[in-house]
Amino acid sequence: MNKFRIHIAKRDTMPVAAAWAIRIGAIVLALLLGSLLTLVLTGKNPLSVLLTIVQGAFGTERKIWTTLRDTSVLLMFGLAVAPAFKMRFWNIGAEGQVLMSGLGTAVVMFFLGGKINDGLLIILMLVAAIVCGMLWAFIPAVIKAKWNTNETLSTLMLNYIAAQIVSMFIAWAVPSGSMKMGIINQDTNAGWLPALFGNKHILIIIMALLITAFVFVYIKYGKGGYELTVVGESVKTARYVGIKVEWVIIRTMLISGAICGIIGFLQVAGVEHTISPNTAGGLGFTAVLVAWMAKLNPIVMIFTSMLIVVMSNGAGDVASSLGLNASFSDILTGIILFFLIGCEFFINYKICFSAKNDKISSDVTDSKESESSGGVEENEGGKQS
Amino acid sequence: MIGAFIHSTVLQGIPLMYGCTGEIITQKSGNLNLGLPGVMYVGGISGVIGAFLYEQSLKGSDPNGFLIIVIPLLCSLLGSLVMGLIYSFLVVTLRANQNVTGLAMTTFGVGIGNFFGGSISKLAGAESTSINLTLTSNYFRAHLPFADGMGDFGEVIFSYGFLTYLAIIIAIGAYVVFNKTRVGLHLRAVGESPATADAAGISVTKYKYLATCIGCVIAGFGGLHYVMEYANGMWSNDAFGDRGWLAIALVIFAVWKPNIGILASIFFGGLYILKDWSNSSGVLSEFLKMVPYLVTFVVLIITSMRKKREYQPPESLGVNYFREDR
Repeated sequence: MNKFRIHIAKRDTMPVAAAWAIRIGAIVLALLLGSLLTLVLTGKNPLSVLLTIVQGAFGTERKIWTTLRDTSVLLMFGLAVAPAFKMRFWNIGAEGQVLMSGLGTAVVMFFLGGKINDGLLIILMLVAAIVCGMLWAFIPAVIKAKWNTNETLSTLMLNYIAAQIVSMFIAWAVPSGSMKMGIINQDTNAGWLPALFGNKHILIIIMALLITAFVFVYIKYGKGGYELTVVGESVKTARYVGIKVEWVIIRTMLISGAICGIIGFLQVAGVEHTISPNTAGGLGFTAVLVAWMAKLNPIVMIFTSMLIVVMSNGAGDVASSLGLNASFSDILTGIILFFLIGCEFFINYKICFSAKNDKISSDVTDSKESESSGGVEENEGGKQS
Repeated sequence: MIGAFIHSTVLQGIPLMYGCTGEIITQKSGNLNLGLPGVMYVGGISGVIGAFLYEQSLKGSDPNGFLIIVIPLLCSLLGSLVMGLIYSFLVVTLRANQNVTGLAMTTFGVGIGNFFGGSISKLAGAESTSINLTLTSNYFRAHLPFADGMGDFGEVIFSYGFLTYLAIIIAIGAYVVFNKTRVGLHLRAVGESPATADAAGISVTKYKYLATCIGCVIAGFGGLHYVMEYANGMWSNDAFGDRGWLAIALVIFAVWKPNIGILASIFFGGLYILKDWSNSSGVLSEFLKMVPYLVTFVVLIITSMRKKREYQPPESLGVNYFREDR
């Protein structure tokens, strides 16, 4: 049966430094391929394209602030999905959760703005946002816990349902049919978050850092973080040691929903002062990539989210100054992602070249018949059985 | 009126049907390909690039009726095939996480579509800036000549280009292969329990590769159909919209059965355009747009509640197979 001389086995654990060396090597390879592609497709010097991207993201003070703010927002999205990923709950619904909490914020702002004290209004908006976000996270969690409904598919559907609920609200609130909410409370600024130190970006950056610290501590040191790691490794083990798996799923998703609630609140009350189906901007999907690239480590996620933001913000400048379509950055990002995704294989597995003697290698395979249980998935960081 | 409504319903439903059939085939092998929207974009734009270059090379002379059909088809096929190979290589050979790979494919594929859609004319040094492939589109939309003389009946049944009928044929073919052939049985075995299939001597890797690549090619034709037949050869960026995700929703709605997928796609197509035809505006119109997703969500919950075996997703969906994990 064992015709191949190549044999693939799981590594125990690779030294962290070596693992990161492989990942950085993958990024370098991806950039080389990206450069080649740039040269072939456009005839432009790849270095100048790269330089334009960096300038587009950091060229002026305003651009630096925008980049920092966008990084913070994307980072928060990533932080919202990371805990659930740790227990292999593939929540791709951060988009919908943020939209719903943005809607909650906007509704309170719209109806109560100017009618009650501004401080109270902002608190109510925050509460509404968090409740809506948690509700939208609770639904997929509870059907997963109760009926084992596929969470990837359910959260995907809930994203679109949320977007349409937002559209329905706008259609109802703006009878003119323009489908544009417009700035809420433009005259009174009721419910608008004040700019800290005269800069409206700083609050978002601070919140992102606070949430980073919280998620880091929660996953690494908290009991909840321990439990969800066990659930992620093996549902059976978790049940055996007395962890209530259903409750862990629901609790983790409620935390995720609450973080999304804060994002929605900050976006609507602090930045946009309006709501649209694009308020979340598709970042819920990007967040999956951000969290995964960082191996779910909140600190590393700061860098991965910045990488993506620099690529996409810089692309605007590429479009205008080099005459390329802005989507070129998506292609480059995609290539980097493919290489990062692919290189994990070389971190988790080793390729052994077995001896030419077939008799020895043919009966080495592990014959233990352990049933494949629902939650167990061979993946990054999995231990050798 | 009714004839015209059904006509546009079907036209709206066919790209979804391609996507749905392709994704069902892929998922039957246990691969949940969230890169479907990207694949459909690439399928569409590859065909557009092929047709664009061919039309440019004509310089006003009459096109060859065979080449003008085959070139876009082949280009579309190649483009989607490359996407399928990228996904299979990462997921099957390198055992990467399926969700992450899929989402990266969507970013990449939509990026490819919009980049080339936005700059192909410029790259090719053409005079016009927009991509308008009316010539090619006319060939793709050519229908049987007697359809026009048959009133509503002709409009409902015979008024489409060949890609529309091909979609239905492929869906029926997929149904037959799944349920009546050994290959289909093996494929389902791979998706349900790869370890068992492996023990029975079925090559899990081969089936996963083949199913994913064939699925991607079929889905890519959906993108081509959209540009050439639905949009009359006009490519505009992001116009394809969320159809890729809707196709993934359809897979659930059709409970992984391509024969149900045929009717479900047309039903979803109808829901998609209902708001344009019902003269509704405001809240109701937005609600109608939500219905496909809402219905799919309900179907998803009900199937997981009832645990009826024939309506379940493939058992190993989303989980990679590694022989030594057994």
